[in-house]
Amino acid sequence: MIEVKNLYKSFGDKEVLKGINTVFEDGKTNLIIGQSGSGKTVLMKNLVGLFEPTSGQVLYDGRDFVRMSKKEKVMMRREMGMIFQSAALFDSLSVLENVMFPLDMFSSMNLREREKRAMYCLDRVNLSGAEKKYPGEISGGMQKRVAIARAIALNPKYLFCDEPNSGLDPKTSLVIDDLLHSITQEFHMTTIINTHDMNSVMGIGENIVFIYEGHKEWQGVSSEIMNSTNKRLTDFIFASDLLKEMRQAVTGKQ
Amino acid sequence: MFWKQYVKEMAQLGINSIGIVLLISFFIGAVICIQMKVNIESPWMPRWVAGYTTREIMLLEFSSSIMCLILAGKVGSNIASEIGTMRVTQQIDALEIMGVNSACYLILPKILGLLTIMPFLVIFSSAMGIVGAYGTAYIGHIMPPDDLTLGLQHDFVPWFMWMSIIKSQFFAFIISSVASFSGYTVEGGSVDVGKASTDAVVTSSVLILFSDVFLTQLLS
Repeated sequence: MIEVKNLYKSFGDKEVLKGINTVFEDGKTNLIIGQSGSGKTVLMKNLVGLFEPTSGQVLYDGRDFVRMSKKEKVMMRREMGMIFQSAALFDSLSVLENVMFPLDMFSSMNLREREKRAMYCLDRVNLSGAEKKYPGEISGGMQKRVAIARAIALNPKYLFCDEPNSGLDPKTSLVIDDLLHSITQEFHMTTIINTHDMNSVMGIGENIVFIYEGHKEWQGVSSEIMNSTNKRLTDFIFASDLLKEMRQAVTGKQ
Repeated sequence: MFWKQYVKEMAQLGINSIGIVLLISFFIGAVICIQMKVNIESPWMPRWVAGYTTREIMLLEFSSSIMCLILAGKVGSNIASEIGTMRVTQQIDALEIMGVNSACYLILPKILGLLTIMPFLVIFSSAMGIVGAYGTAYIGHIMPPDDLTLGLQHDFVPWFMWMSIIKSQFFAFIISSVASFSGYTVEGGSVDVGKASTDAVVTSSVLILFSDVFLTQLLS
Protein backbone atom coordinates (compact mmCIF):
# COMPACT_ATOMS: atom_id res chain seq x y z
CA MET A 1 0.00 0.00 0.00
CA ILE A 2 1.19 3.48 -0.83
CA GLU A 3 0.01 6.35 1.35
CA VAL A 4 0.47 9.95 0.32
CA LYS A 5 0.24 12.42 3.18
CA ASN A 6 -0.01 16.17 2.77
CA LEU A 7 2.18 16.22 -0.34
CA TYR A 8 3.20 19.61 -1.67
CA LYS A 9 5.40 20.34 -4.67
CA SER A 10 6.37 23.76 -6.01
CA PHE A 11 8.51 24.84 -8.95
CA GLY A 12 9.73 28.31 -8.02
CA ASP A 13 6.63 30.34 -7.17
CA LYS A 14 4.27 27.91 -8.86
CA GLU A 15 2.66 25.43 -6.50
CA VAL A 16 1.70 22.35 -8.53
CA LEU A 17 0.67 19.91 -5.79
CA LYS A 18 -1.33 21.47 -2.97
CA GLY A 19 -1.48 19.02 -0.10
CA ILE A 20 -2.43 15.67 -1.65
CA ASN A 21 -3.71 13.00 0.75
CA THR A 22 -4.59 9.63 -0.69
CA VAL A 23 -4.04 5.88 -0.52
CA PHE A 24 -3.17 3.49 -3.36
CA GLU A 25 -4.24 -0.01 -2.46
CA ASP A 26 -2.38 -3.32 -2.82
CA GLY A 27 -3.31 -5.67 -5.64
CA LYS A 28 -5.49 -3.06 -7.30
CA THR A 29 -5.34 -1.01 -10.46
CA ASN A 30 -5.22 2.52 -9.06
CA LEU A 31 -5.84 5.34 -11.53
CA ILE A 32 -4.86 8.98 -11.27
CA ILE A 33 -7.02 11.08 -13.56
CA GLY A 34 -7.29 14.79 -14.22
CA GLN A 35 -6.95 17.44 -16.88
CA SER A 36 -3.64 18.20 -18.55
CA GLY A 37 -1.59 20.38 -16.19
CA SER A 38 -3.53 19.30 -13.10
CA GLY A 39 -0.42 17.71 -11.55
CA LYS A 40 -0.86 13.98 -12.29
CA THR A 41 2.61 13.44 -13.74
CA VAL A 42 4.21 15.58 -11.03
CA LEU A 43 2.43 13.46 -8.41
CA MET A 44 3.71 10.26 -10.02
CA LYS A 45 7.26 11.60 -10.30
CA ASN A 46 7.11 12.46 -6.59
CA LEU A 47 5.94 8.94 -5.82
CA VAL A 48 8.89 7.35 -7.63
CA GLY A 49 11.44 9.92 -6.46
CA LEU A 50 12.18 11.62 -9.78
CA PHE A 51 11.07 14.84 -8.03
CA GLU A 52 11.68 15.74 -4.39
CA PRO A 53 8.45 16.95 -2.77
CA THR A 54 8.50 20.40 -1.15
CA SER A 55 6.89 18.80 1.90
CA GLY A 56 4.82 15.78 2.83
CA GLN A 57 5.23 12.03 3.03
CA VAL A 58 5.10 9.10 0.60
CA LEU A 59 4.78 5.90 2.60
CA TYR A 60 5.47 2.51 0.99
CA ASP A 61 3.99 -0.01 3.43
CA GLY A 62 4.74 2.49 6.18
CA ARG A 63 8.29 3.33 5.02
CA ASP A 64 8.70 7.04 4.22
CA PHE A 65 10.32 7.18 0.79
CA VAL A 66 10.99 10.92 0.99
CA ARG A 67 13.11 10.62 4.15
CA MET A 68 15.08 7.60 2.95
CA SER A 69 18.81 7.86 2.32
CA LYS A 70 20.06 7.68 -1.27
CA LYS A 71 21.12 4.06 -0.77
CA GLU A 72 17.74 3.12 0.72
CA LYS A 73 16.00 4.79 -2.22
CA VAL A 74 18.07 2.77 -4.68
CA MET A 75 17.09 -0.43 -2.86
CA MET A 76 13.46 0.69 -2.74
CA ARG A 77 13.44 1.38 -6.46
CA ARG A 78 14.27 -2.24 -7.15
CA GLU A 79 10.75 -2.96 -5.92
CA MET A 80 9.33 -0.55 -8.52
CA GLY A 81 8.67 -0.85 -12.22
CA MET A 82 7.71 2.07 -14.41
CA ILE A 83 6.22 2.44 -17.85
CA PHE A 84 6.80 5.87 -19.33
CA GLN A 85 4.56 7.78 -21.71
CA SER A 86 7.17 7.37 -24.45
CA ALA A 87 7.98 3.76 -23.41
CA ALA A 88 11.61 4.94 -22.86
CA LEU A 89 13.15 1.81 -24.29
CA PHE A 90 16.92 1.85 -24.79
CA ASP A 91 17.42 2.46 -28.53
CA SER A 92 20.74 0.69 -28.74
CA LEU A 93 19.43 -2.54 -27.22
CA SER A 94 17.20 -5.16 -28.83
CA VAL A 95 13.78 -5.98 -27.39
CA LEU A 96 15.23 -8.97 -25.52
CA GLU A 97 18.19 -6.95 -24.21
CA ASN A 98 15.81 -4.23 -23.01
CA VAL A 99 13.81 -6.74 -20.99
CA MET A 100 16.99 -8.41 -19.73
CA PHE A 101 18.53 -5.08 -18.68
CA PRO A 102 17.16 -4.94 -15.09
CA LEU A 103 17.98 -8.64 -14.71
CA ASP A 104 21.55 -8.04 -15.93
CA MET A 105 21.93 -5.21 -13.44
CA PHE A 106 20.33 -6.62 -10.33
CA SER A 107 19.59 -10.33 -10.46
CA SER A 108 21.92 -13.12 -9.45
CA MET A 109 20.62 -15.38 -12.24
CA ASN A 110 23.00 -16.80 -14.81
CA LEU A 111 22.69 -15.79 -18.47
CA ARG A 112 20.43 -18.71 -19.41
CA GLU A 113 18.06 -18.02 -16.50
CA ARG A 114 17.97 -14.32 -17.34
CA GLU A 115 17.12 -15.07 -20.95
CA LYS A 116 14.44 -17.51 -19.86
CA ARG A 117 12.89 -14.96 -17.52
CA ALA A 118 12.99 -12.23 -20.20
CA MET A 119 11.40 -14.57 -22.74
CA TYR A 120 8.67 -15.41 -20.20
CA CYS A 121 7.96 -11.70 -19.69
CA LEU A 122 7.84 -11.12 -23.46
CA ASP A 123 5.53 -14.08 -23.83
CA ARG A 124 3.35 -12.67 -21.06
CA VAL A 125 2.83 -9.49 -23.09
CA ASN A 126 2.29 -11.50 -26.30
CA LEU A 127 5.56 -10.46 -27.90
CA SER A 128 7.24 -13.79 -28.50
CA GLY A 129 9.10 -13.63 -31.78
CA ALA A 130 9.97 -9.94 -31.54
CA GLU A 131 12.93 -10.38 -29.22
CA LYS A 132 15.60 -9.70 -31.85
CA LYS A 133 14.01 -6.50 -33.13
CA TYR A 134 15.08 -3.02 -32.04
CA PRO A 135 12.71 -0.41 -30.57
CA GLY A 136 12.84 1.61 -33.79
CA GLU A 137 11.55 -1.38 -35.75
CA ILE A 138 8.35 -2.01 -33.78
CA SER A 139 5.04 -0.11 -33.41
CA GLY A 140 4.11 2.19 -30.53
CA GLY A 141 1.79 -0.43 -29.03
CA MET A 142 4.53 -3.06 -29.16
CA GLN A 143 6.98 -0.62 -27.56
CA LYS A 144 4.53 -0.14 -24.69
CA ARG A 145 4.26 -3.90 -24.27
CA VAL A 146 8.06 -4.24 -24.24
CA ALA A 147 8.11 -1.51 -21.57
CA ILE A 148 5.59 -3.54 -19.54
CA ALA A 149 7.71 -6.69 -19.94
CA ARG A 150 10.81 -4.77 -18.82
CA ALA A 151 8.93 -3.28 -15.86
CA ILE A 152 7.77 -6.68 -14.58
CA ALA A 153 11.06 -8.51 -15.23
CA LEU A 154 12.20 -8.17 -11.61
CA ASN A 155 8.74 -8.96 -10.17
CA PRO A 156 8.17 -5.46 -8.72
CA LYS A 157 5.77 -4.81 -5.87
CA TYR A 158 4.75 -1.46 -7.31
CA LEU A 159 4.06 -0.69 -10.96
CA PHE A 160 3.77 2.89 -12.19
CA CYS A 161 2.42 3.76 -15.64
CA ASP A 162 2.49 7.30 -17.01
CA GLU A 163 -0.24 7.58 -19.64
CA PRO A 164 0.33 4.11 -21.10
CA ASN A 165 -2.39 4.64 -23.73
CA SER A 166 -1.19 7.93 -25.16
CA GLY A 167 -0.72 7.81 -28.91
CA LEU A 168 -2.40 4.43 -29.24
CA ASP A 169 -5.59 3.53 -31.12
CA PRO A 170 -8.64 2.53 -29.01
CA LYS A 171 -8.24 -1.19 -29.72
CA THR A 172 -4.55 -1.25 -28.75
CA SER A 173 -5.39 0.86 -25.69
CA LEU A 174 -7.80 -1.83 -24.56
CA VAL A 175 -5.13 -4.50 -25.05
CA ILE A 176 -2.70 -2.48 -22.90
CA ASP A 177 -5.38 -1.87 -20.24
CA ASP A 178 -6.30 -5.55 -20.06
CA LEU A 179 -2.64 -6.50 -19.87
CA LEU A 180 -1.93 -4.08 -17.02
CA HIS A 181 -5.03 -5.19 -15.13
CA SER A 182 -4.33 -8.90 -15.50
CA ILE A 183 -0.65 -8.48 -14.58
CA THR A 184 -1.66 -6.51 -11.49
CA GLN A 185 -3.90 -9.34 -10.34
CA GLU A 186 -1.52 -12.13 -11.34
CA PHE A 187 1.50 -10.68 -9.51
CA HIS A 188 -0.57 -8.94 -6.79
CA MET A 189 1.14 -5.61 -7.49
CA THR A 190 0.15 -2.12 -6.49
CA THR A 191 -0.37 -0.55 -9.89
CA ILE A 192 -0.77 3.18 -10.37
CA ILE A 193 -1.76 4.49 -13.78
CA ASN A 194 -1.88 8.11 -14.90
CA THR A 195 -4.46 8.37 -17.62
CA HIS A 196 -6.81 10.54 -19.64
CA ASP A 197 -8.43 7.54 -21.24
CA MET A 198 -12.08 7.19 -20.26
CA ASN A 199 -12.18 3.56 -21.39
CA SER A 200 -9.43 2.83 -18.85
CA VAL A 201 -11.32 4.74 -16.16
CA MET A 202 -14.53 2.86 -16.67
CA GLY A 203 -12.91 -0.46 -17.56
CA ILE A 204 -10.07 -1.15 -15.13
CA GLY A 205 -10.28 1.59 -12.47
CA GLU A 206 -10.57 -0.12 -9.09
CA ASN A 207 -9.46 2.92 -7.13
CA ILE A 208 -9.65 6.26 -8.93
CA VAL A 209 -8.08 9.49 -7.71
CA PHE A 210 -9.24 12.64 -9.48
CA ILE A 211 -6.73 15.50 -9.30
CA TYR A 212 -7.99 19.01 -9.92
CA GLU A 213 -5.58 21.96 -9.97
CA GLY A 214 -3.08 20.24 -7.70
CA HIS A 215 -5.39 18.82 -5.05
CA LYS A 216 -7.37 15.61 -4.69
CA GLU A 217 -10.90 16.44 -5.74
CA TRP A 218 -12.46 12.99 -5.57
CA GLN A 219 -11.59 9.36 -4.90
CA GLY A 220 -13.68 6.27 -5.52
CA VAL A 221 -14.36 3.35 -7.85
CA SER A 222 -15.52 3.48 -11.44
CA SER A 223 -19.10 2.40 -10.63
CA GLU A 224 -19.51 5.49 -8.40
CA ILE A 225 -18.63 7.90 -11.19
CA MET A 226 -21.95 7.55 -13.00
CA ASN A 227 -23.90 8.76 -9.97
CA SER A 228 -21.34 11.21 -8.67
CA THR A 229 -22.57 14.66 -7.80
CA ASN A 230 -19.09 16.19 -8.03
CA LYS A 231 -19.50 18.63 -10.89
CA ARG A 232 -15.77 18.98 -11.62
CA LEU A 233 -15.47 15.20 -11.91
CA THR A 234 -18.52 14.73 -14.11
CA ASP A 235 -17.52 17.71 -16.29
CA PHE A 236 -14.15 16.05 -16.81
CA ILE A 237 -15.36 12.48 -17.34
CA PHE A 238 -18.42 13.27 -19.42
CA ALA A 239 -16.85 16.06 -21.44
CA SER A 240 -18.12 14.93 -24.83
CA ASP A 241 -21.78 15.09 -25.92
CA LEU A 242 -21.76 11.35 -26.60
CA LEU A 243 -20.67 10.51 -23.05
CA LYS A 244 -23.19 13.01 -21.62
CA GLU A 245 -25.96 11.29 -23.55
CA MET A 246 -24.76 7.88 -22.38
CA ARG A 247 -24.79 9.02 -18.78
CA GLN A 248 -28.25 10.49 -19.20
CA ALA A 249 -29.50 7.24 -20.71
CA VAL A 250 -28.09 5.19 -17.81
CA THR A 251 -28.81 7.46 -14.85
CA GLY A 252 -31.28 10.00 -16.13
CA LYS A 253 -28.94 12.76 -14.93
CA GLN A 254 -27.80 15.68 -17.08
CA MET B 1 28.03 -4.67 -17.06
CA PHE B 2 30.58 -1.85 -16.62
CA TRP B 3 33.23 -3.71 -18.62
CA LYS B 4 30.76 -4.41 -21.41
CA GLN B 5 29.93 -0.71 -21.61
CA TYR B 6 33.61 0.24 -21.35
CA VAL B 7 34.58 -1.97 -24.30
CA LYS B 8 31.56 -0.77 -26.28
CA GLU B 9 32.52 2.88 -25.71
CA MET B 10 36.14 2.23 -26.68
CA ALA B 11 34.87 0.78 -29.94
CA GLN B 12 32.27 3.46 -30.56
CA LEU B 13 34.38 6.48 -29.62
CA GLY B 14 37.86 5.25 -30.49
CA ILE B 15 37.89 2.45 -33.03
CA ASN B 16 35.21 4.16 -35.11
CA SER B 17 37.37 7.31 -35.19
CA ILE B 18 40.48 5.57 -36.51
CA GLY B 19 39.41 6.02 -40.14
CA ILE B 20 39.00 9.78 -39.96
CA VAL B 21 42.18 10.15 -37.87
CA LEU B 22 44.25 8.17 -40.39
CA LEU B 23 42.76 9.98 -43.39
CA ILE B 24 43.34 13.48 -42.02
CA SER B 25 46.78 12.62 -40.63
CA PHE B 26 47.92 11.18 -43.97
CA PHE B 27 46.99 14.30 -45.91
CA ILE B 28 48.21 16.75 -43.28
CA GLY B 29 51.55 14.89 -43.10
CA ALA B 30 51.83 15.07 -46.88
CA VAL B 31 50.88 18.76 -47.05
CA ILE B 32 53.25 19.79 -44.25
CA CYS B 33 56.09 17.98 -46.01
CA ILE B 34 55.33 19.71 -49.34
CA GLN B 35 55.02 23.15 -47.69
CA MET B 36 58.28 22.73 -45.82
CA LYS B 37 60.11 21.53 -48.87
CA VAL B 38 58.75 24.27 -51.16
CA ASN B 39 58.93 27.21 -48.76
CA ILE B 40 61.95 26.52 -46.55
CA GLU B 41 64.30 25.06 -49.13
CA SER B 42 67.42 27.19 -49.60
CA PRO B 43 71.12 26.53 -50.11
CA TRP B 44 71.67 27.47 -46.47
CA MET B 45 69.31 24.82 -45.13
CA PRO B 46 70.16 21.13 -44.78
CA ARG B 47 68.22 18.85 -47.18
CA TRP B 48 66.65 16.92 -44.33
CA VAL B 49 64.90 19.96 -42.79
CA ALA B 50 61.50 19.19 -44.41
CA GLY B 51 61.44 15.70 -42.86
CA TYR B 52 62.58 17.01 -39.51
CA THR B 53 59.94 19.77 -39.30
CA THR B 54 57.20 17.45 -40.54
CA ARG B 55 57.98 15.00 -37.74
CA GLU B 56 58.13 17.71 -35.09
CA ILE B 57 54.86 19.35 -36.17
CA MET B 58 53.01 16.04 -36.36
CA LEU B 59 54.35 14.85 -33.03
CA LEU B 60 54.15 18.04 -31.01
CA GLU B 61 50.95 19.64 -32.20
CA PHE B 62 48.94 17.90 -34.88
CA SER B 63 48.61 14.39 -33.46
CA SER B 64 47.67 15.61 -30.01
CA SER B 65 46.06 19.06 -30.16
CA ILE B 66 44.66 19.44 -33.67
CA MET B 67 43.50 15.84 -33.84
CA CYS B 68 41.71 16.30 -30.49
CA LEU B 69 40.03 19.42 -31.87
CA ILE B 70 38.76 17.27 -34.74
CA LEU B 71 37.68 14.57 -32.30
CA ALA B 72 35.91 17.19 -30.19
CA GLY B 73 33.65 17.67 -33.20
CA LYS B 74 33.12 14.01 -33.98
CA VAL B 75 33.18 12.35 -30.56
CA GLY B 76 31.93 15.33 -28.53
CA SER B 77 28.79 15.81 -30.62
CA ASN B 78 28.21 12.05 -30.62
CA ILE B 79 28.35 11.85 -26.81
CA ALA B 80 26.26 14.97 -26.20
CA SER B 81 23.53 14.02 -28.66
CA GLU B 82 23.38 10.40 -27.47
CA ILE B 83 23.05 11.29 -23.78
CA GLY B 84 20.84 14.31 -24.56
CA THR B 85 18.43 12.16 -26.57
CA MET B 86 18.34 9.63 -23.74
CA ARG B 87 17.47 12.47 -21.37
CA VAL B 88 14.60 13.95 -23.43
CA THR B 89 13.14 10.53 -24.25
CA GLN B 90 13.11 9.63 -20.52
CA GLN B 91 15.60 6.77 -20.95
CA ILE B 92 17.74 8.28 -18.18
CA ASP B 93 14.64 8.50 -15.94
CA ALA B 94 14.02 4.83 -16.71
CA LEU B 95 17.55 4.00 -15.53
CA GLU B 96 17.03 6.00 -12.33
CA ILE B 97 13.73 4.26 -11.60
CA MET B 98 15.45 0.90 -11.96
CA GLY B 99 17.90 2.01 -9.27
CA VAL B 100 20.80 2.43 -11.70
CA ASN B 101 23.19 5.32 -11.12
CA SER B 102 22.66 6.80 -14.58
CA ALA B 103 25.67 9.14 -14.54
CA CYS B 104 27.98 6.33 -13.51
CA TYR B 105 26.48 3.89 -16.00
CA LEU B 106 26.46 6.27 -18.97
CA ILE B 107 29.32 8.74 -18.44
CA LEU B 108 32.11 6.85 -16.67
CA PRO B 109 32.60 4.23 -19.43
CA LYS B 110 32.74 7.03 -22.02
CA ILE B 111 35.41 8.98 -20.15
CA LEU B 112 37.52 5.91 -19.37
CA GLY B 113 36.99 4.48 -22.85
CA LEU B 114 38.21 7.63 -24.58
CA LEU B 115 41.14 8.04 -22.16
CA THR B 116 42.19 4.45 -22.91
CA ILE B 117 41.94 4.66 -26.68
CA MET B 118 43.40 8.16 -27.14
CA PRO B 119 47.13 7.24 -26.91
CA PHE B 120 46.63 4.73 -29.71
CA LEU B 121 44.94 7.38 -31.86
CA VAL B 122 47.87 9.75 -31.22
CA ILE B 123 50.42 7.09 -32.22
CA PHE B 124 48.43 6.10 -35.32
CA SER B 125 48.07 9.75 -36.28
CA SER B 126 51.82 10.45 -35.99
CA ALA B 127 52.67 7.31 -37.92
CA MET B 128 50.15 8.08 -40.65
CA GLY B 129 51.47 11.65 -40.97
CA ILE B 130 54.90 10.22 -41.66
CA VAL B 131 53.41 7.79 -44.19
CA GLY B 132 51.81 10.83 -45.87
CA ALA B 133 55.19 12.56 -45.97
CA TYR B 134 56.74 9.46 -47.59
CA GLY B 135 53.86 9.54 -50.07
CA THR B 136 55.02 12.93 -51.31
CA ALA B 137 58.56 11.61 -51.61
CA TYR B 138 57.80 8.31 -53.35
CA ILE B 139 54.70 9.20 -55.36
CA GLY B 140 54.96 12.98 -55.74
CA HIS B 141 58.78 13.00 -56.05
CA ILE B 142 58.89 16.21 -54.03
CA MET B 143 62.15 15.17 -52.39
CA PRO B 144 64.39 12.12 -52.25
CA PRO B 145 63.13 9.55 -49.72
CA ASP B 146 66.59 9.30 -48.21
CA ASP B 147 66.56 13.00 -47.32
CA LEU B 148 63.16 12.56 -45.74
CA THR B 149 64.32 9.55 -43.73
CA LEU B 150 67.37 11.48 -42.58
CA GLY B 151 65.17 14.36 -41.40
CA LEU B 152 62.68 12.08 -39.65
CA GLN B 153 65.51 10.43 -37.72
CA HIS B 154 67.43 13.61 -36.96
CA ASP B 155 67.69 14.56 -33.28
CA PHE B 156 64.65 12.55 -32.18
CA VAL B 157 63.54 13.29 -28.60
CA PRO B 158 61.41 10.40 -27.25
CA TRP B 159 59.92 12.72 -24.59
CA PHE B 160 58.00 14.52 -27.37
CA MET B 161 56.02 11.34 -27.99
CA TRP B 162 55.15 11.11 -24.28
CA MET B 163 54.34 14.80 -24.23
CA SER B 164 51.90 14.28 -27.07
CA ILE B 165 50.26 11.36 -25.28
CA ILE B 166 50.03 13.23 -21.96
CA LYS B 167 48.43 16.22 -23.66
CA SER B 168 45.97 13.99 -25.47
CA GLN B 169 44.90 12.45 -22.14
CA PHE B 170 43.91 15.87 -20.84
CA PHE B 171 42.09 16.64 -24.07
CA ALA B 172 40.30 13.26 -24.04
CA PHE B 173 39.03 14.03 -20.53
CA ILE B 174 37.89 17.49 -21.64
CA ILE B 175 36.05 16.15 -24.70
CA SER B 176 34.25 13.31 -22.92
CA SER B 177 33.37 15.12 -19.69
CA VAL B 178 32.20 18.38 -21.29
CA ALA B 179 30.09 16.53 -23.87
CA SER B 180 28.62 14.20 -21.24
CA PHE B 181 27.74 17.15 -19.01
CA SER B 182 26.09 19.00 -21.90
CA GLY B 183 24.03 15.96 -22.84
CA TYR B 184 23.14 14.92 -19.30
CA THR B 185 21.80 18.35 -18.36
CA VAL B 186 19.61 18.85 -21.44
CA GLU B 187 16.04 19.95 -20.78
CA GLY B 188 13.41 20.19 -23.47
CA GLY B 189 13.31 18.53 -26.88
CA SER B 190 15.26 17.87 -30.05
CA VAL B 191 16.21 21.54 -30.54
CA ASP B 192 17.81 21.56 -27.10
CA VAL B 193 19.69 18.34 -27.87
CA GLY B 194 21.12 19.99 -31.00
CA LYS B 195 22.07 23.06 -28.99
CA ALA B 196 23.73 20.93 -26.31
CA SER B 197 25.69 19.13 -29.00
CA THR B 198 26.93 22.41 -30.49
CA ASP B 199 27.73 23.81 -27.04
CA ALA B 200 29.72 20.67 -26.21
CA VAL B 201 31.87 21.02 -29.33
CA VAL B 202 32.46 24.76 -28.89
CA THR B 203 33.20 24.55 -25.15
CA SER B 204 35.53 21.57 -25.42
CA SER B 205 37.36 23.13 -28.40
CA VAL B 206 37.97 26.36 -26.49
CA LEU B 207 39.09 24.44 -23.40
CA ILE B 208 41.46 22.33 -25.50
CA LEU B 209 43.03 25.45 -27.02
CA PHE B 210 43.51 27.13 -23.64
CA SER B 211 44.84 24.03 -21.92
CA ASP B 212 47.15 23.37 -24.88
CA VAL B 213 48.96 26.62 -24.13
CA PHE B 214 49.43 25.75 -20.47
CA LEU B 215 50.32 22.10 -21.06
CA THR B 216 52.85 22.95 -23.76
CA GLN B 217 54.50 25.45 -21.42
CA LEU B 218 54.39 23.00 -18.55
CA LEU B 219 55.71 19.96 -20.39
CA SER B 220 58.33 21.61 -22.62
